[in-house]
Amino acid sequence: MTSLSLPSLVPFIARAGRRPPLSSANPLDDDGSGRGVPLLLDGIGKQFGERQVLRDLSLDIPAGQFVTVVGRSGCGKSTLLRLLAGLDAPSEGRLHGAVSRDDVRIMYQDARLLPWRSVLDNVALGLAGPRKQVRAAALEALSQVGLADRANDWPGVLSGGQRQRVALARALVHRPRLLLLDEPLGALDALTRIEMHALIERIWREEGFTALLVTHDVTEAVVLADRVVLIEDGAIVLDEEVSLPRPRDRADPEFGRLENAILGRVLG
Amino acid sequence: MAAKPGHSVLSRLGNSLYARLGPWALPLVLLIVWQAMAQFGLLSTRVAPSPVSVVVAAWTLTLSGELFVNLGASFQRAIIGTVIGGGLGFALGILNGSSRRLEHFLDTTLQMARNVPHLALIPLVILWFGIDEAGKLFLVALGVFFPIYINTFHGIRSVDAGLIEMGGSYGLGRWGLFRQVVLPSALPSILVGLRFALGFMWLTLIVAETISATTGIGYMAMNAREFMQTDVVVMSILLYALLGKAADLAARALEARLLRWNSAYRAA
Repeated sequence: MTSLSLPSLVPFIARAGRRPPLSSANPLDDDGSGRGVPLLLDGIGKQFGERQVLRDLSLDIPAGQFVTVVGRSGCGKSTLLRLLAGLDAPSEGRLHGAVSRDDVRIMYQDARLLPWRSVLDNVALGLAGPRKQVRAAALEALSQVGLADRANDWPGVLSGGQRQRVALARALVHRPRLLLLDEPLGALDALTRIEMHALIERIWREEGFTALLVTHDVTEAVVLADRVVLIEDGAIVLDEEVSLPRPRDRADPEFGRLENAILGRVLG
Repeated sequence: MAAKPGHSVLSRLGNSLYARLGPWALPLVLLIVWQAMAQFGLLSTRVAPSPVSVVVAAWTLTLSGELFVNLGASFQRAIIGTVIGGGLGFALGILNGSSRRLEHFLDTTLQMARNVPHLALIPLVILWFGIDEAGKLFLVALGVFFPIYINTFHGIRSVDAGLIEMGGSYGLGRWGLFRQVVLPSALPSILVGLRFALGFMWLTLIVAETISATTGIGYMAMNAREFMQTDVVVMSILLYALLGKAADLAARALEARLLRWNSAYRAA
């Protein structure tokens, strides 16, 4: 029925039982190995016909790092994400440490839930195994995003923020080692975005996956990222570490300074 | 408000009677006028029988068993023809909807065939099949084929590409994508096709049975015409109306069940 085999689910279910408590700050504690993957992009380029969308892009991302890619519309940031997801192949250069497609999950700008399946069955999409275990795994992921009580609802009755939380649960249930986020909060209102920032940060710290978030919101980038990468005309023009302590305080003068510096650079 | 509870109960009863019986008031009045005209000899039974004599004819035919034999024969033709024609339309709609190459080779032919009114084939059908069952089944199948084909094709083609991409990256194979994403997404359109097809089904059957048959409601009506039994003719027409309504109710029930995720179809 699906390409995900039973053996790949069983360790997850076994692990789910002894997941570290929420306060655990170190993602590497999980099962000793850490679950993020390192990524090495070496001179990546991408052309669509005559148009050069990405050029000579090199990036070294250590396992478990949270990278945000910012840039104006059409700068090529979404193309980069599609390359990492394996949805497109680069025209030039190489992608080292590429993970198997089962280890990568994407959150899109629209939640892309199947309206004809319940919230729970949406989260269980693509999971193989005995129905009882699959449901238990999906319910566990739903409670991670605080929506266990909506398990039996249709996606159509949820708010935009709730839909994105379901989409996040659907990604988490596969225990991804690389989570790609393609402007997943772009369509949400400001308050919901702040809540989602906290949720994504908490889950990233619990799960320890490598995260790459594409956004045009510089504040969001600084709130979440270990490292902000700015792309302009298909090339990296800024690569800035963010070493502020988490969770980040938007009122911190250092936060504002960094945000302004990046925003100034984006606006040119 | 609490002062006159009796009044509110009465008015609620009145409202519900009004809501339920209102739509039937005009048919009832017409029926009474019709019966009165027949009773006082203003309307010749050769033009139209009185409503009471239609009921009597129905009762007589029920007692003799003729009604059920003919009803059963028509029903059987309707079902078999629809299963064959609808099945083929569904299968071809899915194949052509999923494959551009098949569409390239087949769609022009189908569009040409679609524009031939299928009842225009009756002389040929009689030559091919005689006045046997096969001819009537062929016509019914042809009548239901196109509405189901076109709506299935359209439903498959309008599936959200984003959902297919999501399903693929969440580990669904070709069959999983078809069963869990494409088919449910096309279902509203397919069911619209089914409702159109049911209309064509009765239409075709009426024509086919009045031309050549030895059983069926159409045969019963034509036979009665020979003996100027207008009561049986009118009863046959009413039977078609009832069967059409029943088919429509069945299709609606199917929609309410299969599309319950969609608020537009949810049963009130």
